[in-house]
Amino acid sequence: MNIHTALRQWPAEGLTRVPYWVYSDRDLYEDEMARVFRGNTWHFLCLEAELPKPNTFRTSHVGDMPVVVTRDANGNIHAFENRCAHRGSLLCLKERGEAREIVCCYHNWTYNLEGTLTGIAFRRGIAGKGGMQPDAKPESHAPRKLKVEVFAGLVFGTLGKETPPFESYLGVEVAQRIRRVMRAPVRVLGGYSQMLPSNWKLYMENVKDSYHASLLHMFFTTFRLNRLSQKGGLVVSETGANHISYSMSADIAGKEYEQAGMRSAHDEYRLEAPELLQSVDEFGDGIGLQILTVFPGFVLQQVRNSLAVRRIVPMGLEKTELVWTLFGFETDDEAMTELRLRQANLVGPAGFISMEDGAATGFVQRGVRGAPDEQSVVEMGGSGTSSEESRVSEAAVRGFWKSYRQQMGF
Amino acid sequence: MLAGSSLSQSLEHQLAVQDLNARYVEAIDDDKLEAWPDFFVDDGRYLITTAENVAQNLPLGMMYATSRKMLRDRVRALREANVYETQRYRHILGAPRVIGSDGGVIRARSGFIVARIMHTGEMTIFATGSYEDRVLLDAGGAARFAEKTVVLDSRAVDTLLAIPL
Repeated sequence: MNIHTALRQWPAEGLTRVPYWVYSDRDLYEDEMARVFRGNTWHFLCLEAELPKPNTFRTSHVGDMPVVVTRDANGNIHAFENRCAHRGSLLCLKERGEAREIVCCYHNWTYNLEGTLTGIAFRRGIAGKGGMQPDAKPESHAPRKLKVEVFAGLVFGTLGKETPPFESYLGVEVAQRIRRVMRAPVRVLGGYSQMLPSNWKLYMENVKDSYHASLLHMFFTTFRLNRLSQKGGLVVSETGANHISYSMSADIAGKEYEQAGMRSAHDEYRLEAPELLQSVDEFGDGIGLQILTVFPGFVLQQVRNSLAVRRIVPMGLEKTELVWTLFGFETDDEAMTELRLRQANLVGPAGFISMEDGAATGFVQRGVRGAPDEQSVVEMGGSGTSSEESRVSEAAVRGFWKSYRQQMGF
Repeated sequence: MLAGSSLSQSLEHQLAVQDLNARYVEAIDDDKLEAWPDFFVDDGRYLITTAENVAQNLPLGMMYATSRKMLRDRVRALREANVYETQRYRHILGAPRVIGSDGGVIRARSGFIVARIMHTGEMTIFATGSYEDRVLLDAGGAARFAEKTVVLDSRAVDTLLAIPL
């Protein structure tokens, strides 16, 4: 940790305060990449379905570090840094493709799909002249290999030496809730990126904030997709790192929002084309909405039948790429696919219920610009990080900071 | 000019598509969104997707509608439900290329570029791409979109995509 960061003091109140310098301190950003992302944490790399057959690759990120994910000839999945041992160039320049080996375009150094350096162009020189000394050990600069775990069709990787096994990192309930959604082989429907004008942590707080969802997103509330008065719950893993927020889709006739005069409650508002919200209880448990996060940067979404994984790529202090991949299952028929495509209107940068998130994180980033020494107040639901029935709570946000502070040493 | 069609018919099609798109982007850029659904036939299809999805033959869109009613719902939500900062677009259209016509439906492509101007004065190139249109000419010569697919060149959208493209 650099000296500047080491001198930072977290407010004495603890988890109920977040000092605004966490979103604006340049030195902190570099420390986060090292300690949070390249440390003892798990990172979502891609769906297993994005590596559909042997000898395929997909590029991804761990924090801002570029990574190549591969499926080798035997079907095994590997991940390694997208950086040549020689001069540090990117090895893979494409998002995805097929390859039996990875060749750096700069000087033709060659790697197998495990990320092991297998060939150096003109290593022995030409006609006995040039080349490397016999005792040179370029392999010692090889791109770092990640430990990979494939869990329910999701590929995760870590660089940490002491990262707990993936399932115990998740916690029992979060693992169950991932399996709940990832119930069959996945079929990718497509994807896109949303460039968020904010620090990466503001987005992760936003996703973990079950309190905001039905207040900011009027569409949600109006059509009773998610109201805080609906039955549901908030689960925070013991470490605070991971969370689930869910609600039952059964319609109830509650009037709490209308009585409280919430801007987001608009009872006379009806869709002309209600088929947008037509959905099926595909998991058979009545849960209409489940948002799940794994620290630091993974989101699994079920909004009715719209399923997606989202991963964050920090791109500097005030910019974050949010990579969305929407999916269904191989067993979906045409009608089910059409249903998912229609419900895709709810999410993403143009989503009826999610477009605001991209803007809201930017509003905070801009709002706190002159106030690095001020703090936000995170007291909904008390001061703890335990699971609870009420989603009028910021327990999962506090859980994020609990985990963050542990990784950062604050 | 397309082989097998007369010059006058070819010009007529080209002008019909060009005029429809010109009026379409004018409505959006002038914030006359209530008029936007009427550029489509009743069961008109509208999809915003990315070149990356198209290249992989993946069907997902960011906005997807299969009727004028769904487009009206989109406008209503933008006016009454969604929260976004005041902004406007300026579309610049390339000349349409008519690919073919079949039974009164013209298929055409037009390139576009959209600048987004925020209330703060910030102006950026927000989107570039191609309109892949199927335009229906009715007996009276009026043109409407049977289908409009907006293929974005980039997979990335800055902040949010509220106003349609």
